[in-house]
Amino acid sequence: MPVVNLAETAKRELNAQLHALSVDTNETHWRVENPQGQHALAAGLNVPVTVEIAGHAGYYCAGMNSQATVVIEGNAGVGVAENMMSGKVHVKGDASQSAGATAHGGLLVIDGDASARCGISMKGIDIVVKGSIGPMSAFMAQSGTLVVLGDAGDALGDSIYEARLFVRGEVKSLGADCVEKEMRAEHRDLLHKLLEAAGADAGVDEFRRYGSARGLYNFHVDNASAY
Amino acid sequence: MDLKNIPHTLPRFSATFDPHTLAEIRRAAATGIYDIRGGGTKRKLPHFDDLLFLGASVSRYPLEGYREKCATDVWLGTRFAKKPIHLKIPVTIAGMSFGALSGQAKEALGRGASLAGTSTTTGDGGMTSEERGQSQTLVYQYLPSRYGMNPDDLRKADAIEVVIGQGAKPGGGGMLLGQKISDRVAQMRNLPMGIDQRSACRHPDWTGPDDLEIKIEELREITDWEKPIYVKVGATRPYYDVALAVKSGADVVVLDGMQGGTAATQDVFIEHVGIPILAAIRPAVQALQDLGMHRKVQLIVSGGIRNGADVAKALALGADAVAIGTAALVALGDNDPALEAEYQALGSTAGAYDDWQEGRDPAGITTQDPVLAARLDPVAAGRRLANYLAVLTLEAQTIARACGKSHLHNLEPEDLVALTMEAAAMARVPLAGTDWVPGNPQGF
Repeated sequence: MPVVNLAETAKRELNAQLHALSVDTNETHWRVENPQGQHALAAGLNVPVTVEIAGHAGYYCAGMNSQATVVIEGNAGVGVAENMMSGKVHVKGDASQSAGATAHGGLLVIDGDASARCGISMKGIDIVVKGSIGPMSAFMAQSGTLVVLGDAGDALGDSIYEARLFVRGEVKSLGADCVEKEMRAEHRDLLHKLLEAAGADAGVDEFRRYGSARGLYNFHVDNASAY
Repeated sequence: MDLKNIPHTLPRFSATFDPHTLAEIRRAAATGIYDIRGGGTKRKLPHFDDLLFLGASVSRYPLEGYREKCATDVWLGTRFAKKPIHLKIPVTIAGMSFGALSGQAKEALGRGASLAGTSTTTGDGGMTSEERGQSQTLVYQYLPSRYGMNPDDLRKADAIEVVIGQGAKPGGGGMLLGQKISDRVAQMRNLPMGIDQRSACRHPDWTGPDDLEIKIEELREITDWEKPIYVKVGATRPYYDVALAVKSGADVVVLDGMQGGTAATQDVFIEHVGIPILAAIRPAVQALQDLGMHRKVQLIVSGGIRNGADVAKALALGADAVAIGTAALVALGDNDPALEAEYQALGSTAGAYDDWQEGRDPAGITTQDPVLAARLDPVAAGRRLANYLAVLTLEAQTIARACGKSHLHNLEPEDLVALTMEAAAMARVPLAGTDWVPGNPQGF
């Protein structure tokens, strides 16, 4: 297993090595030591390898990830797994703002809490947060699923499109055009699968579902006060 | 007194409440919604027309028009990028989205730019295969909405443009109205068909110049430091915005004046926010010079570039290149008088048609209607654009040679004078026939 010690090796070198891997590489399991909160660690991966980061990561860790599995054993800075296309990112600590922002696919699991704007403009990603999330999460969320085992802050799902939100705890307030919705069988199935994939210990019936009232999909002057 | 013979006062329109203003009040009262339209500002502004070149005479000698070389090439992205861009001409095609424009129009822009040896630029909505296929040099816009944004396209691009704002609406997002959301547009943007698509005004995962520096570093890491990174701003506070873009690690700054067009924005925003490009170039260049980065971080300016004189004037004020949008669409066939009957049917007239948001463009350019879009032949339209780009270049060379310059980049403010005090103050060149430059050059 390749081990890259960032106390000795530059981040540029690490990312260049990871980008140079071919899809059929034998070096499928990497470990990064002494990350020291550096930014853009393991960003732009495009092969099915696993990268373990032994500590805290800075901004945009695993940004734009495709296919790879990235495990952050500490906390993650702003925009972890931003614009992820596929693969899996697992934060064992807490995540800062804009976790999973604009991501199109893959699974982001955060064992701790996530700060504001978690899942902002998400476009297909699945996010499971085992703790709580901050305000303005799932803002303009287009598609994908956000599951929160703890509480959600103010203005959850503001201006949401077709993303699905499941929250087990308290929602401080819902944003414009976001409403609580009926939990049907298909939603229970989806939630069950995601909880299982994330290794989360919770029952589907403990959650409530939120989504778009679709009232702001086409601008109308009578809705101007909603903005 | 014979009342019949008293002279009548002629009906007089108010300069304040002119017919356009009155019509807008009535339209607002009838609909309860602001006017949305495409294009840039239509008001009269201090512009490049207010500047003149001095030309060579006894004190300076010119270059021979058809024999002595006047080079036009430009390098972009030489600061950090491993693969900077080399363009044959300093006129690029500005960012315009597939969605706002038809696939045929995007293809035509790529064809025309490639024939002329310059770059074209994607827009909100992502990169289409036609566009990538036909564009020799393609700049990929990285926008707040991130519609269609994916790392594969990022890696296929020749440069990346982080869009913070645009001249038509600095500080504003956008709205692609439902009537332009075809199946393909909806799919590229991960949204249902037929709904209004809001484009955010702020990036979702960074705020402010310190974060921008980290974002640019991420884009460089993902693309292995190969591609030039541009930062595009709408002209408002150009001195500070350019300085902060340089501080954030930009290779190239794109500065768009309020004449720059948009696909669809509130008329009140287009006409009342931002500053003209003439007023923005010198502060931007000053910022680069103060940081010792002029010509190291390249400056592309846009907003109202129409002819080779505008190109030459922008470069003389210190820009490295210009970008065109509206003029490029006109070269493709937008607002063609040959379509007058159809513009009339839409309640407009050729030359004034700006309801691009409705998607009913008879020229087939600002539409997603397959029947209308099919009217535009991308090969012929691309040829027209290439011809137009050639003329812009030849005109700029003609002026540069007359000023004794062997490269367009050798044009300088000292070659210019202004016709008005406003233009003299904004461009910081003397009023014609005087040595007077209004204002304090230090006072930004």
